[in-house]
Amino acid sequence: MSDEYGNNKSYQAQSSEVMDGSTGSVNPDIDYVRPSEVGEQELYHPHSFIEKWVFCQDAKVIGVQYFLTAVFTGVVGLILSWLMRLQLGFPELAGFMTAEHYYQFVTMHGMIMVVYFLTALFLGGFGNYLIPLMVGARDMVFPYVNMLSFWMFFVAVAVLMASFFVPGGPTGAGWTLYPPQTILEGTPGAGMGILLMLISLSLFVIGFTMGGLNYMITILQARTRGMTLMRMPLTVWGIFTATVLAMLAFPALLVSAIMMTLDKVLQTSFFMPTILKAGEVLEYGGGSPILFQHLFWFFGHPEVYIVALPAFGIVSDLISVHARKNIFGYRMMVWAIVGIGALSFFVWAHHMYVSGMNPWFGFFFATTTLIIAVPTAMKVYNWILTLWRGNIRINVVMLWCLGFIVTFVNGGITGIFLGNVSVDVPLSDTYFVIAHFHMVMGIAPLMVIMGAVYHWFPLVAGKMLDEGLGKWHFWITFLGAYSIYFPMHYLGFIGVPRRYFEMYDSPYMTSAVGMNEFISIAAFIVGAAQFILIFNIIKTLKTGKKAEQNPWKANSLEWYTSTVPPEHGNFGDRLPVVHRWPYDFSVPGAKEDYIPQTTAPSEVIHTEVEKT
Amino acid sequence: MHAGIIFLLVIIGSILFHIFTPWYWTDIASNWKGMDDTITLTFWVGGGVFVAVCLFMIYCVFRYQHKEGRRAEYKPEDKKLEKILTWATTLGVAALLAPGLIIWNQYVNVPKNAIEVDVMAWQWGWQYRLPGKDGKLGTTQVRNIADNNPFGINPDDPFGKDDIMVESDVINLENNRPVKILLRSVDVLHNWYVPQFRAKMDAVPGTVTFYWFEPNKVGEYEVLCAEYCGVGHYAMRGGVEVQDKADYEVWLGEQETFEQLSARYEKLNVDGNKLAKK
Repeated sequence: MSDEYGNNKSYQAQSSEVMDGSTGSVNPDIDYVRPSEVGEQELYHPHSFIEKWVFCQDAKVIGVQYFLTAVFTGVVGLILSWLMRLQLGFPELAGFMTAEHYYQFVTMHGMIMVVYFLTALFLGGFGNYLIPLMVGARDMVFPYVNMLSFWMFFVAVAVLMASFFVPGGPTGAGWTLYPPQTILEGTPGAGMGILLMLISLSLFVIGFTMGGLNYMITILQARTRGMTLMRMPLTVWGIFTATVLAMLAFPALLVSAIMMTLDKVLQTSFFMPTILKAGEVLEYGGGSPILFQHLFWFFGHPEVYIVALPAFGIVSDLISVHARKNIFGYRMMVWAIVGIGALSFFVWAHHMYVSGMNPWFGFFFATTTLIIAVPTAMKVYNWILTLWRGNIRINVVMLWCLGFIVTFVNGGITGIFLGNVSVDVPLSDTYFVIAHFHMVMGIAPLMVIMGAVYHWFPLVAGKMLDEGLGKWHFWITFLGAYSIYFPMHYLGFIGVPRRYFEMYDSPYMTSAVGMNEFISIAAFIVGAAQFILIFNIIKTLKTGKKAEQNPWKANSLEWYTSTVPPEHGNFGDRLPVVHRWPYDFSVPGAKEDYIPQTTAPSEVIHTEVEKT
Repeated sequence: MHAGIIFLLVIIGSILFHIFTPWYWTDIASNWKGMDDTITLTFWVGGGVFVAVCLFMIYCVFRYQHKEGRRAEYKPEDKKLEKILTWATTLGVAALLAPGLIIWNQYVNVPKNAIEVDVMAWQWGWQYRLPGKDGKLGTTQVRNIADNNPFGINPDDPFGKDDIMVESDVINLENNRPVKILLRSVDVLHNWYVPQFRAKMDAVPGTVTFYWFEPNKVGEYEVLCAEYCGVGHYAMRGGVEVQDKADYEVWLGEQETFEQLSARYEKLNVDGNKLAKK
């Protein structure tokens, strides 16, 4: 940390040169921006319908393709959650459902939502659409590889969905896929189902690596003139850091998938010890099930932040724009994102306190886990301090942001319970864990996704989504989701274990029946409410109000394209030149309450803007 | 305005729910009250932060709602405020971490007088073994497991002969005496969990894991499997009966040792052979 603060100091020296407009003496170099060192990127323009909309190299189209595919998987995941809630709340109505089905739904719901929905949506969807626009590039640096990335993802989704239709059905091993049960009889889908899952995950990682290289290199190498790293919108910082995490974490998932495939197909014993099943000793021996858990969570914990960091970044920008106020403590926010990203590689075994690993690990991982709470808390403070003394538009976008703050803080606090090793002992593997991670990495990021959809829809489609429908969508989703997951923590206190198809009549569990019914009803309503958004989008595309350019009066570059929606190449003949950070809102002395990033200092000479 | 009111009601509702909830933890029946206390402490500190942050947010929503012509404050940074908040958070986090680590230290250090209980898990059930008069469990191997040797005890291990075999999914424990649970699995991951004892640990095939607790309430408890282990996971129940010393001794006297069990099977075999010959 000391190095980081050292850097901060030298940076602060620059930023304290507040321009003095009153003297009237203008430095002639005031608008100087270093010239570009490389020529402009040549773009391959599409020649046919297929090149324009199917095998397209434009990052914006790829972003929309990623978005729609991810949303499709999300709807599948949502339907699976309904089926699970039907079984838990109203088992008498779910007579068609066996324990096998239930565990298959649990598994597919988890894997789909974490990997194929959230990760693909944030990085593939928002990343592709926003990175080139926000850093002032014409496209990603490797458009062809970017196209391959999406189609690899598409094949991964197809393979995953195919597993619903193979003999034995999809895997029911739980999304964590812990061996040995994952590949043994006694777990549903231990034949074809698990193989397709492992193949699909491997394809996902390969495709994602192609996309990830693009996001990283575009951000590092293709920024427009004047777009220094410390002038990038936090959205870009969040997506960038998440991509770096993904590049380092996904290989761990890939190797564990490959090893498990070998254990399954060739009877190797990477994760398989001597096993006695149905009175017979299997042909395995000497492997370690805990090794898999280490590999899985070495991927799995950074994965949480791969989802969370883009959400942090996006919500920072949304709050700032709609509160008409600069994001509070920008540099702290950047360092917090980077710091959280780095720390996220040192906390993985907090998922394994009661896994049977050496118990002395507990001291180390509890400490690192609670340290990560500090930069995370700083981000929360900075969000609410951005609201403080702002000029807050309470529109649909802002509502989603406020909903995010409530759910994220709630889920973050319960994380402190679970991270604190000995507190985790009674709570692990109970519904407390389910409630915690759904609140913090299900609902909270979803709030940001929804806010982002309402915020950027005018850019993508050129039309404004309906605010009234949006408010209904928000309130049903927020209140419903909160009443699903807030009381669920208390089931965990009772000790109700997760992944139970049926509770039977344990005395302390019968009191949970009423709550399970309530939670299920809330889940049905919240799920159904998401179709309000789909209706809203269809309605808006047909009859919606045309959006003016930059309807929210934001500063960042994506709103200053040559056309709305932006065309291939984004910025017309000339790339924009950046003179400031994207958060110059409500600057004293300025005519409007926002100063776009492209505005040169000489144009706003009478303002008290801080140099960024 | 109304948005702030609804958010306020959500926060008030959360507090009321917490105060009046009928769903809360079961009466504790072991020495791990420290875990409950740390949870309570975390509740106060964490809950306080949650309520404070949300109330501040709601205040801002009311107070700084958009008005045409008004300007937000322009102040990119406040070093001092950020420093105070960082340190306050660090202190708060450290205050929660400290008791957590202290209790974990107790959790991983088993008292010397703890009685060992070998819990063996399979898909989908439990069985138990206690050390005999020598106070030591015999070594085991999965490959030795057979009808006449349900735990796979090495036949040449002298410590194994007097091991007490509990051929039931219910184990009896002596009240107020620490127990070290040794967990083994012959197939997949399992987890021997009694909510009232608070403690748990996975059983991992290929290795022996452990945890300890001291039961302090006489009674019967249900054992649940707390690590997903295939389709029968939810039905993998067992039981514990905590008894006073006298009752426990009686129960212990009724159990069979490994030697007796082997002898019984031998006799069965001999009888069986005789029958077959006839």
